[in-house]
Amino acid sequence: MSLLEQRVSELKSLLEKKEIKVSDLIEESFKRISETDPEIKAFLTLNEEEAKKQAALLDEQAVKGKAGGALWGLPIGIKDNIVTKNLRTTSGSRILENFNPIYDATVMQKLHKAGTITIGKLNMDEFGMGSSNENSAFQKTLNPWNPEYVPGGSSGGSAAAVASGEVLFSLGSDTGGSIRQPAAYCGVVGLKPTYGRVSRFGLIAFASSLEQIGPITRTVEDNAYLLEAIAGLDAMDSTSADVGVPKYSESLTGDIKGLKIGVPKEYLGEGISEDVRNSVLSALKVLEGLGAEWEEVSLPHSKYALSAYYLLSSSEASANLARFDGVRYGYRTDNAKTLLEMYKNTRSEGFGEEVKRRIMLGTFALSSGYYDAYYKKAQQVRTLIKQDFEKVFEKYDVIVGPTAPTPAFRIGEKTKDPLTMYANDILTIPVNLAGVPGISVPCGFSNGLPIGLQIIGRHFDESTVYRAAHAFEQATDFHKQKPVMEGGK
Amino acid sequence: MSRISADQVKHVANLARLAVTEEETETLRKELDAIISFAEQLNELDTKNVEPTSHVLEMKNVLREDKAENGLPIAEVLKNAPDSKDGHIRVPSIID
Repeated sequence: MSLLEQRVSELKSLLEKKEIKVSDLIEESFKRISETDPEIKAFLTLNEEEAKKQAALLDEQAVKGKAGGALWGLPIGIKDNIVTKNLRTTSGSRILENFNPIYDATVMQKLHKAGTITIGKLNMDEFGMGSSNENSAFQKTLNPWNPEYVPGGSSGGSAAAVASGEVLFSLGSDTGGSIRQPAAYCGVVGLKPTYGRVSRFGLIAFASSLEQIGPITRTVEDNAYLLEAIAGLDAMDSTSADVGVPKYSESLTGDIKGLKIGVPKEYLGEGISEDVRNSVLSALKVLEGLGAEWEEVSLPHSKYALSAYYLLSSSEASANLARFDGVRYGYRTDNAKTLLEMYKNTRSEGFGEEVKRRIMLGTFALSSGYYDAYYKKAQQVRTLIKQDFEKVFEKYDVIVGPTAPTPAFRIGEKTKDPLTMYANDILTIPVNLAGVPGISVPCGFSNGLPIGLQIIGRHFDESTVYRAAHAFEQATDFHKQKPVMEGGK
Repeated sequence: MSRISADQVKHVANLARLAVTEEETETLRKELDAIISFAEQLNELDTKNVEPTSHVLEMKNVLREDKAENGLPIAEVLKNAPDSKDGHIRVPSIID
């Protein structure tokens, strides 16, 4: 068995007992990448030389008895919208094709402290705008379970790299489902933390009021370890919350007796595929068997979430992406005589179609005469959606439903009509609008493609989300299955 | 009825500092029109007395001591600038 198929706790113990070296792990990660990534195309940039140097250094320290850090020596992949000092960071965009950050995001500083080794940067839809990785300016990542299908997005590279065993775990970011949906499509575990749980300093901004960085892993326990390492208040992000970080890994007791689960009828209705619905219903039986109780509930404003989300996220994006003007960093057009021409041509040549479409939509929604009708209206609907969740959480501990309406779709299937692509995020978007935490865990297969179960919790109650997800995972063996790939094993 | 005109698309593109060709204008007009029409389903909801949510959590100002701290070194900052000279970033002429 490959070392990278083992769990964080197992690897930690092997490293502590000096049965393996950090270099062994890192070598294995790059070896696996050389076998599988020509097909999967998850990585945009590899950090091979630096990672191997660092591994050798850690091994030297271990000889001197200085091994330490909660995730010491473990190989991680990083979504390419998280800035990494001296390691190219593109956010999946031509406009940042040659961008080398001069500082580390807060999560990277925390990971360095925990002792992880960065293997490389992972592909994504440009600036996080997309659900399939087809909007990356550089390459299309494929689904490790079937290369004719998308891995999901926008953190498609992060999910595919973990699913194919190239890295032990990865970081993604989630604005409207961008961690949970690819995790579901690739059969791995992905958590979007509560808004404010993880610092966004150094995350290249798309929609600041919605997005969070979060962990993508093979198991729930590994996920809890990784969140422990990156969560917490940060002076560099004024929206990070001053709420203590519990030991999430200690909440995985396996005991969910009496857990009250609400199942929104809107999440199992129209547009949800038969296989997805059946998998979720079977999952509810498993949870019931473990002593949890579930009842049907309603999140009545669910069907308005998509519209509100696209107005709000595009509005925020239009402001956040104003910084890409060819002046201080990134691409600059050769074709400009005046400053205004330089701005316009740089942006038109540097951004992809979807990004431009959303900048246009956002600029329109914020423009004079339309602000109240679109932007403010969407913010008011956001309040109603948030209240839907608050009402359910008065009585229930978690909300359970599918992560996505269908399993992964075929490459090219939804690229023609933006609205069809957007509709894919209908079950994940409300969670971002409400700011609550949500996880996707594997709960079944349909024609060989994984299906994800979404478990949503109260603000800052990742512990209960993890406890429920872990109990379910341990009672099933979906997480033990792995894709068979050409070039790989 | 079309909700967005070609002139509006050009106006918004200018605000967004995007250059659009006639062909792109027409494509964007259709696409934005479809998205906006879809988004108008929000008008089904009465939100007269609903407060807008800009952030889900209670936000307060975060203050720090008014003390000068070191910024990023100029040489580092200029590393990513497409064009620079003598410690400054150079851009095309601002006035014709």
